[in-house]
Amino acid sequence: MPTKLGKHTLRLDSAPSVLSFAAVASKKEGEGPLGQKFDILNEDTSFGQQSWEKAESQMQKLCASKALEKANLSPDSVDFMFAGDLLNQCIGSNYGLRDLSIPFLGLYGACSTMAESLALSSMFLEGGLANVCLAVTSSHFCSAERQFRFPLEYGGTRTPTSQWTVTGSGSAVVGKNTAPPYVKAVCVGTIEDLGIKDLNNMGAAMAPAAAKTIETFFEDTCTGADNYDLILTGDLGQVGTDLLHQLLARDGVTLGHKHNDCGLIIYDRQNQLDINAGGSGCGCSAVVLCADVLPKLRTGELHDVLFIATGALMSPTSVQQGESIPGIAHLVYLSSEPGRKGVL
Amino acid sequence: MALTPKEYEGMNQKASPNSPLGKDMLLAFLIGGAICTLGQFFIELYTMAGLDAELASGTASVTLVFLSVLFTGLNLYDKLARLGGAGTLVPITGFANAVSAPALEFKSEGLILGIGVKMFSIAGPVIVYGVAASVIYGLILFLFQLF
Repeated sequence: MPTKLGKHTLRLDSAPSVLSFAAVASKKEGEGPLGQKFDILNEDTSFGQQSWEKAESQMQKLCASKALEKANLSPDSVDFMFAGDLLNQCIGSNYGLRDLSIPFLGLYGACSTMAESLALSSMFLEGGLANVCLAVTSSHFCSAERQFRFPLEYGGTRTPTSQWTVTGSGSAVVGKNTAPPYVKAVCVGTIEDLGIKDLNNMGAAMAPAAAKTIETFFEDTCTGADNYDLILTGDLGQVGTDLLHQLLARDGVTLGHKHNDCGLIIYDRQNQLDINAGGSGCGCSAVVLCADVLPKLRTGELHDVLFIATGALMSPTSVQQGESIPGIAHLVYLSSEPGRKGVL
Repeated sequence: MALTPKEYEGMNQKASPNSPLGKDMLLAFLIGGAICTLGQFFIELYTMAGLDAELASGTASVTLVFLSVLFTGLNLYDKLARLGGAGTLVPITGFANAVSAPALEFKSEGLILGIGVKMFSIAGPVIVYGVAASVIYGLILFLFQLF
């Protein structure tokens, strides 16, 4: 059973393992710094489908299947599947994963879904409710644009604070403690809202949630940035990252060079067009985690990583009605060390 | 001490880079100007072909609309707009793009619920308030002419 630490942190004493993971991405992501690391890279953004929504579903299907294949598991051996995406009613997951016949719990955590699904999978393992769980998420630039912003061919311009939705999917199979990486603790975030209303500045909307979750976790576990190799936030981009550091500094917390952000890693902001403040979307933190961070934890190149995926919980309707954008950030502490070794 | 939304907005303003206004305005002037010059070229061309002034300018507008829709379909107008900004938005070509882009995008939802419903999702407000404003100006003109 997990041990509750402080306010919101759960230490997972059995330290479930991430048995396998897979990342699927498309052309623009392939041109970025992680281009060589994806399991499946499809240059065709439509993934051979008739609509962008179907393309996103196809991407999730490919990704989930790849992760199961890498773990040498059949869908029948998975007890629960946690998945979600950005589309209305999470159709990316509903349609993409329907053929797998795995008990399914749909999630909406916006861009925080990778951390949310990974946290829930690990908690189910820790609680003895499952032997194997699957966490999946995705985002697709084209399906997200048409739902949240403008048609692709529309000649609008993007502001310098805007972020580019990643076309990608990540999935992780979580099972009993066998090999690294291990999930050592989770900290479920609270909804934070400091009044940002600009749909083109999601980083600023999500930074307060990231700051809150990081501070809560540090307090709950009596640790600090020095205890970890990498503190990886979801998709704050440049503006959100700057604000995160300022918010933490107000409370005397510094992350220093330990911090990085998936939105700043996924693309080459200097040389790729229209990236502006960075990458975003569920797929952003998912592919960075599954293609770059989890492999490094497995080989021992990284030892202790805090993965904090951040989500902006608005809808086009709430934005049109003038509501501010609430943010959320869930933290998962991943380690290459089993048991009680390592930080906790 | 807890941060207020107002204080956070101040931090956000400082952290958020501004659009490069000088460059944006120069590009808008050049590309928007080029589109308008192209329109003038068509007017001259049609006038030389024997059309009267009013018909020539109407036909020039239709030509620009056609070119804009063609470029939208070829996925080129949005690339031009990335540079041109307001320069591609303001001329009649921007309006044509705003109608044809959703028509293309939402064709996956079918002729009625897709193209029919969504075609004016961007340009609709311009038409509605444009017509409403012209009615008001018409009324004002009418009242002035009474006296």
